[in-house]
Amino acid sequence: MKTTSRVAGNVLLLLLSLVFLSPIYLMLVNSFKDRAELYRNALALPSSFSFQYYSKAMEKMGFLTAFGNSLYVTIISVVFVVVLASMTAWMLVRTDDRLSRFIFLLFVSTMLIPFQTLMMPLMQVMDWIRTHLHIPMLNTREGLIYMNVGFHASMAVFLYHGFIKSVPVALEEAATLDGCSKFGVFWRIVFPMLKTITITVAILDVIAMWNDYLLPSLTLSDKGLRTIPLSTFYFFGEFTIQWNLAMAGLTLTIIPVVIFYVFAQKYIIKGIAAGAVK
Amino acid sequence: MPLLLVFTTVVILPFLIGIGYSFVKWDGIPANPKVFVGFDNYVALFKDDRFLTSAWHTIAFTVLALVLVNVLGLLFSLLVTSKLRVGNAARTMFFLPNLIGGLILGYIWQFVFTDAFKFLGEKTGLDSIFFNWLIDPKFALFAMVVVFTWQMAGYTMIIYIAGIQGIPDELNEAARVDGANLWHRLTRIVFPLLMPSFTICLFLTLSGAFKIFDVNLSLTKGGPNNATEMFAMNIFNEIFGYGHYGLGQAKAIVFFIIVAAVTLTQVIITKKREVQY
Repeated sequence: MKTTSRVAGNVLLLLLSLVFLSPIYLMLVNSFKDRAELYRNALALPSSFSFQYYSKAMEKMGFLTAFGNSLYVTIISVVFVVVLASMTAWMLVRTDDRLSRFIFLLFVSTMLIPFQTLMMPLMQVMDWIRTHLHIPMLNTREGLIYMNVGFHASMAVFLYHGFIKSVPVALEEAATLDGCSKFGVFWRIVFPMLKTITITVAILDVIAMWNDYLLPSLTLSDKGLRTIPLSTFYFFGEFTIQWNLAMAGLTLTIIPVVIFYVFAQKYIIKGIAAGAVK
Repeated sequence: MPLLLVFTTVVILPFLIGIGYSFVKWDGIPANPKVFVGFDNYVALFKDDRFLTSAWHTIAFTVLALVLVNVLGLLFSLLVTSKLRVGNAARTMFFLPNLIGGLILGYIWQFVFTDAFKFLGEKTGLDSIFFNWLIDPKFALFAMVVVFTWQMAGYTMIIYIAGIQGIPDELNEAARVDGANLWHRLTRIVFPLLMPSFTICLFLTLSGAFKIFDVNLSLTKGGPNNATEMFAMNIFNEIFGYGHYGLGQAKAIVFFIIVAAVTLTQVIITKKREVQY
């Protein structure tokens, strides 16, 4: 009796999770069908596997360019966030005066500001920098990276700050006595100890930046600069009615995410759980 | 500190300037003058029916989403941690949608709600449930809730799992020995000790639901007939669609105040209920 109920439990849970992912199934099977077959039965498996819609979608979306842009923007932004936020948080924790407390408070209190509150004035500020200081902040990937770093700074500083508070100072003092520079103390001693929280920050930011649509849509206008969410949006504007092509395009955008998930699942799940402990 | 410079130009400065913009009338064209109008924009937005309706949509959406996401996330976490063999595989699958961006999720579900649902309705005869949800104002809002839940349930599940694993096994065992059934163990031991997880999950779903934009854009574009236009989309349309930069920014400031007030109130209320053991 006990084993049968256990087997039943396993089967039910597996069924539940498969039903949960059924939209993914629908997307996959219909990316292989031609129009007539798709409208005859949207739920059935395709009668043949042809990748013609994939190659067509890839070309129409400029998928490889978009993939490269997303990769470039996400990786560089995350590296900057990790390097700058960890150093900032370390300095804020170790110099315990009024100014550093004020700066920390500034970071934390802005975490609640929705992007929509900042988007319009942000564009004005960036436009001002572009016209008056001649730094190309708009319509460049580097400008987007700059803004990404700014938007993800407070969360990262907050997470690092909480973590560094629990790191003992003794080691750092010993290293300073041995003649290690401030820079050396941080990179050789402190940063390696921050590994767990660095993974959390990196995972949370990779997911958020990779999937972000609104900020890139406001800053990037050249076709060649589009990230994956942007190219998906424009692709959909043109081909909504051709569902098979659309489904092939969507599958393409999900493949990199699934690969990332397969390889980093352990870190992603740990990172999410750790990042939520506020 | 270079980070402080970046942060100031990207967050602090726009925020302060944004308050200024909310007191002017301006169409976004640099050559045109910005006319100071005092609190006129704030008065106007409270008379803007479409804005007030979008507020109601957002509230209805948020309440439904809050309940559904957390009930499902909690249920998933209990199932996954119940020592079943497929637990880990199920966890992997439940979390997957969270990694896919809201824009793309919206497009996938657009297909599900239009063609797949229509097909299901024709085949099964249950066409009162399976029809194109996106053309019915009420069902389109439910569709938004479904997609948001699909995206967020796995995320809250992960947080609840971490909470459940933090509860010592002895507590549950002792209660079992004392004759407490599953329901009593859940309501008397597990749920009270999960209060910190509830605080976080409610905060994340509340702020996520209030600020939803991507799914809104790709699933319904606010339609049919603006029936699913949420706060964030209304603000976006007011500024970049109609070129009412001042009025739109005033809405954005009100939006910020509401988000901050609601989430802080929630955190204060649930924090009070957290217990120590």
